[in-house]
Amino acid sequence: MQEFEYVAPNNLEDAIKLMAEKGPKAKILAGGTDVLVQMRGGRFQIDRLVNVNNIPELNQFSCSEADGLTLGAAVPCCEIYEDQTIQKLYPGLVDSASLIGGIQIQGRATVGGNLCNAAPSGDNIPSLIVQEAVAIVAGPNGRRNIPVEEFCSGPGRNVLQDGEILVAIHIPAPKANYGAHFLRFIPRNEMDIAVANSAASVLLDDSKQHIVSGRIAIGSVGPTVIFAKDASALLAGKEANEATIEEVAEATKKAASPINDMRGTIDQRIHLVGVLTKRALRTAISRAREG
Amino acid sequence: MTITSDKDTATSGKYKVLGTRPIRQDGIEKVTGAARYGADITLPGTLHGKILRSPHAHARIRSIDTSKAEALPGVMAVATSKDLPIIQDRELNLAGGPRLFAENDLADKKVLYKGHAVAAVAATSPHIAEEALDLIAVDYEVLPTVLGWREAMKDGATLLHDNLTEKFSEARGAAGEDTGTKSNISSHLQLKMGDVEQGFKEADSVLEREYNTQTVHQGYIEPFACTAQWIPEGRLTIWTSTQGIFGVRGNVAAILDIPESMVKIVPMEIGGGFGGKGTGYLEPVAAILSKKSGHPIKMVMSRKEVFEGTGPSSGTSITVKIGAKKDGTITAAKFNMIYEAGAYPGSPMVGGVTSAVSAYKIDNILIDGYDVVCNKPKTAAYRAPGHPQSAFAAESAIDELADMLGMDPMDLRLKNVAMEGDRAVTGVPHAHVGLKEVMEVMKAHPHYTAPLGGPNRGRGVAIGYRLNGGGSGSSATINVIANGTVSLTTGSIDLSGTRVAIAMQVAEALGLSAEDVTPQVVDTDSVGWTGGSGGSRITFDTGRAAIAASQLVIDQMGARAARLWEVQPEDVEFTDGTFICTKNTNDQFSFKELAGKLMTTGGPVTCSAMDSQGGVGGALAGNIFDVEVDPETGKVDILRSTVFLDIGQAAHPAYVEGQMQGGTLQGIGWALNEEYFFTDEGVMTNSSLLDYRMPTSLDLPMIDTVIIEYPNPRHPYGLRGAGEHPIIAPLPAMANAVGRAIGSRMLTLPITPGSIIEAIKERDAKK
Amino acid sequence: MADKIHVNTTINDTEVDFLCESRQSLLEVLRDVLGMTGTKEGCNDGNCGACTVYFDGRIVDSCCVLGVEAQGSTILTIEGVASPDGLHPLQQAFLEEAALQCGICTPGFIVAAKSLLEREPDADEARIRHWLAGNLCRCTGYDKIIRAVLKAGEVMNQGGDARKATTAAGAGATDQRDVYND
Repeated sequence: MQEFEYVAPNNLEDAIKLMAEKGPKAKILAGGTDVLVQMRGGRFQIDRLVNVNNIPELNQFSCSEADGLTLGAAVPCCEIYEDQTIQKLYPGLVDSASLIGGIQIQGRATVGGNLCNAAPSGDNIPSLIVQEAVAIVAGPNGRRNIPVEEFCSGPGRNVLQDGEILVAIHIPAPKANYGAHFLRFIPRNEMDIAVANSAASVLLDDSKQHIVSGRIAIGSVGPTVIFAKDASALLAGKEANEATIEEVAEATKKAASPINDMRGTIDQRIHLVGVLTKRALRTAISRAREG
Repeated sequence: MTITSDKDTATSGKYKVLGTRPIRQDGIEKVTGAARYGADITLPGTLHGKILRSPHAHARIRSIDTSKAEALPGVMAVATSKDLPIIQDRELNLAGGPRLFAENDLADKKVLYKGHAVAAVAATSPHIAEEALDLIAVDYEVLPTVLGWREAMKDGATLLHDNLTEKFSEARGAAGEDTGTKSNISSHLQLKMGDVEQGFKEADSVLEREYNTQTVHQGYIEPFACTAQWIPEGRLTIWTSTQGIFGVRGNVAAILDIPESMVKIVPMEIGGGFGGKGTGYLEPVAAILSKKSGHPIKMVMSRKEVFEGTGPSSGTSITVKIGAKKDGTITAAKFNMIYEAGAYPGSPMVGGVTSAVSAYKIDNILIDGYDVVCNKPKTAAYRAPGHPQSAFAAESAIDELADMLGMDPMDLRLKNVAMEGDRAVTGVPHAHVGLKEVMEVMKAHPHYTAPLGGPNRGRGVAIGYRLNGGGSGSSATINVIANGTVSLTTGSIDLSGTRVAIAMQVAEALGLSAEDVTPQVVDTDSVGWTGGSGGSRITFDTGRAAIAASQLVIDQMGARAARLWEVQPEDVEFTDGTFICTKNTNDQFSFKELAGKLMTTGGPVTCSAMDSQGGVGGALAGNIFDVEVDPETGKVDILRSTVFLDIGQAAHPAYVEGQMQGGTLQGIGWALNEEYFFTDEGVMTNSSLLDYRMPTSLDLPMIDTVIIEYPNPRHPYGLRGAGEHPIIAPLPAMANAVGRAIGSRMLTLPITPGSIIEAIKERDAKK
Repeated sequence: MADKIHVNTTINDTEVDFLCESRQSLLEVLRDVLGMTGTKEGCNDGNCGACTVYFDGRIVDSCCVLGVEAQGSTILTIEGVASPDGLHPLQQAFLEEAALQCGICTPGFIVAAKSLLEREPDADEARIRHWLAGNLCRCTGYDKIIRAVLKAGEVMNQGGDARKATTAAGAGATDQRDVYND
C-alpha cells in the first residue's frame, strides 16, 4: 500500500478542515472494510486518511418512535441490528445491515460508509431509499441534507464536495401500517456481492387492505442503486394483494438497466429484480399489517 | 469388510490402535496458534521479496529495465530470468523438468499467461518492494491471446510454442510418436479396447452428450510462502510451505546449478495443498535474491498472485457416447476429452482418460484425450488430477442412461461393475478392490431410499474411482527413548493428519499407545529421501516404511533381551507389546521396561527404513446429495449429503472422515460456485475470495460419512489411500441431483443459479 | 522512509506498545512487528476470516483494521485464548472432534467461535453456521468444526473452564458396525 498521513480528529470541525485541505486526496476511514481494501488494490492514491471513529456525532445513534432514527455515519452494522428499538422500528434496515459480509465485517462496516462507497450493489442503499432516509452532510460551507436517492452519482461516486463529510443518516419516524423489507440474491448464502437486490416499503390505509403509498429501490442493475419511481407510483391506491405485487414487480423490471458481468447477466438480473421485488413487497405488506 | 457410519466407534476393531481416535500429536500447537506455517518465521535481517507479473496473457519480452527499481531506497536486489543459471545454460524443454519450472518461475523470452512472473525485487519492507515493482520497465510485444481450448485448437490458431509438436500415443506412460504437427496440442492419448462401433450396434439405447467444465483452483487458505537464506560461499537453506521437500531440493539445485548437498529444505506446516503445492514457484527466486543481497529473503504470495500465478486445474470439454442393452449391460463407451494445460504442456488428461469408466467392465471402449496449451496459468495437480472432470462426464451420462433404460441408477452401475481380474481400458486388471461392495453399501444406505419430501427436489448419486501406484519412496527413522516411548521422523509433509496416522501404525507395530509415539516431519538433512505428499500415498507408503523401521526396532530390542536372558535372538518373541523368552516364558519385558535397559546393554536403538514398493491400490468413493432448487432464482439448497469411501482399514477414522467431508466440499464448490472468469484478453477478473466463491459453513449441511473397509492386501494393516478419492464423485452427484430436481440435465459446470434459470426456461419452452 | 507512529494498546490482557507505519494493517503489526504469527493471512481483503481477532470486544478481520487504530483499544488473538491453566473448551473440543486438518484456518475459527459462545453458549447448528460464515475452511467441509463448537458450547454452558488436553485413545464407545465377510 502507498504511504499516507493518518489523522484521527476528535471533532467534526477539525475533520472537515483536514478533508478540505486535501480535497480528493483525502479519504475517510470509518469501518475500513471498503477503503483499506481499495487502497491496497490501488484503486486510488491519497495523501491523507481521516479516521472519524473518535468524533462523537458520527459514532452515536438515537432511535425513538417519536423522532425516528438518526444514525451516525460511523456506527458499525452490528450495533444497528443488535439494538432492540431499531429491530422493532426499522426491520428493513436490520435486513440489510445484517447481510453484509459475515460477522467480522459487520463488526466494522458502517451504513454510512456503505452509502458513501456508492457501489451499485451497496446493500444498505435500497433499504435507506425506501425508508425515505436523508443524508446529513457537513462541510466547509455548512450543513445540507440530501435524500439518499440523490446521494450516489455513478458507480463508486457520490455527490459529496471536497471537504464534505457524511455525518449521519436520518430515517423518519415510522408511521402506523408501514412496513419495509430488503433482500438480495447471492450465489452462496453469505459473503457475496449481490447479483441483484431489492427493497420495498408500503404504507397501508387503516383497513390494511389498500396501499396509500410505497417505494421500491433496486440495486446491482444500474450504475447506481435505482429508485424505481414509476413502479413506486403504481403502488398508490392499489389493493395490497398478489395481483398488485405482480404488476408492480413487472413494472420495476423496466426500471432496471443492468450489464453483463461476472456476477450476472442482463437477463438474469432483470428476472431477479422481478422475483425479489415480489418477495420484498410481500414481506413489506405483511410487516405493515402487523405494525 | 466392515462398514461404520457412527462417529464415535472404532472401525473394524481388528487392531488395538488403528481405528481409534487419539488426539493428534501436533494438535495443541495448531489450536493455540503456535504452529509455524510458511510465512511464520522471520530471520534477523530478513528482506521482503515481491514478484512483478505480466499484465499480458501472451507476449514476447523484448527487454526488462530494472534500474529505477534498484535505485529506490530500501531495494537491495533485483532478479530476472538472467539470474537463473539453468535458463542461461539450457533450452526450454517443454516435456518437463527443472528448466521448465524455472521458465514458469521467471519468464525468459515469452510470457504465456497474465500473472506470469518476469522479475523480482527484495527490499526492506514488503511495501517498498511493491513500490519497486512499479518502477521496473518491461517492453512487451503483445501477441494475440489464445484463451482456451477452443481458440487453441482452431485452424490457424496462434501457437504458444514454436517448437511444440503433437505427440500421439496409444498407451499410458509411453512417450509416443512425434507426429511433427506444430499446434497447441501437445499430446494425444488414445486408449481402446474391443470395437466400439460394433458395441454401439449391439446397444438398445445410445446417449451422446457434450460436457464442459471450468478452470478451478485448489483454494488452499495459506498462500505460498518461503524464506531463503543463502550463506555466501555456503549452503542454501529454504524454509517453505510445500508438499515435497526433496522435490524442491532437487528442483532448486538444478535451477541454480549447485549440488543438492548444498541445499537444505525445511518444511514448515502447510496450510493446505491439495496437490497444488506439489509444484513450487518462489524458492529459486528467493534463493537468487538472497545470494544477490546477502540477506535472508522472505516471499509470501498475495491471494491474487495465488489465483493468477499458480496452477489451477484444467478446464475441459468432454464428449461422451455410451450405449447399453435393455438389460443394462453397457456395450460401448466412447470419449473425446480435451484438457486445458495452460501455458505449458502437462494437464492431467491422462488421469481423466484412465479413470473415466474404470470402475466398470465394458468390453468396447475408445477414449481420445488431448492435452492443449493456452494462455492460462500452467495447471497443477488438484486432488485426483483429471478424475473429477472425466467423472462428471461419465457419471452424468451413466445416470442419464439409467433414465433412458428405466433402470435404477445404482442398479445400472452394479450391473456393469468391474470385479477382480476384469481389465480397465489401460489393460491393467483390477486387483482385490471392493467396487461392488461399495456400490451395494450405497444402494442399501437409508439416504438412498429416504423420501425426498417436496417439490423441486432431486437426489443425485455417483461414484468416483482412483487407482494409485504410490511407491515413489518414503523413509522413516525411529528412535527409542528410555521412558518407553519412541520418536518417529519422516519427511512426509502432513497435509491433513497423516502424521498421526503413521504414528498410529508404529504404535500398533510396537504395542504402544498412540501418545507414546512422537512424530516429527523433518528437513532434507535429517531423514532419508522421501517422495512428495500426494497421490493418496502417505499413510500407505510412509506407513510401510515406518512399520519396517518398527520391525527393525523389535529385532534390535529383541537382541538386547536375548543378551539379558543369555539366550539367542531367535529365542525371543514379541507379542502384544511384550518381549517373551520362548525358552522360559516367565522371562518377559514390556517395551517400556526393555527401553529403560538399552543404554546399559549396548546403547541407543535407532532404526531407519525405506519403502518404495507401492501398491497403494485403487479405491472407490461415492456421494449421494439431496437438493432443493428455488425455481424462481435458481438457488440450490443442499438438503442432505452422504459420502462413502473404501479405505481398506482406517488408521484414524476421524481424519478419514475429514478427507471424505473436505473432498465433498471441494466437489460442491466445483459443481456449483467456483470458476475463473477471464476477459477476452485473458485477464482474470475474479482473483479474490470474494468472487472466487468457495463454499462457506452456511452453504451446506452436515456431511454424513460411511467408511467401508475392504482391506488392501499390499499393506500390513490393509490401508488404502484416501486423500484424493472424495473429490471425484461430488461433481456428477450434484449435477445428477440438480438435473433430477428440475427435470433437465446440467451439462456445464459450474451449475450456477443463472444456468439453472435458463435450463428451466428451456424445459418449459419445450413443453 | 515512512514515518512511524507510536501506538499503545492492550493485547491479550497485556499492555503493549509498538511502532508502525500508517499503512500497516493490524494483521501486519501482529505478525511482522510483534511476531505474533498465530493470526494468519489468507486473503488480505476481508473474505476468509483467517485473520480474525477481537477488537474492543467484537470479532473483526484484522486485515481490514489499521495498526494505528489499535491505539487505546483492547485486542484478543489466538495466543490469548488458552490460559495458564490449560486449553479453552473450544481448543479442547477442536482436538477431540478432529475439527482441523491443515490447521491454517483454526485460529480464526476458534477466536470467532469463542465470541459466539460467550454471547450464546447454547447456539444451535444453524446459528453457529451463520456466525462462522465469514471463516473459510477448505479441508474439513465444516462438519467437525460445527460439532466441536456445539460440544464446547455444552461445556461452557455447564460452567466448564480451562482444561488440559488428554489423548482420548479409543473413545471406549460401543461398537455399532455391520461386518461383511470378505
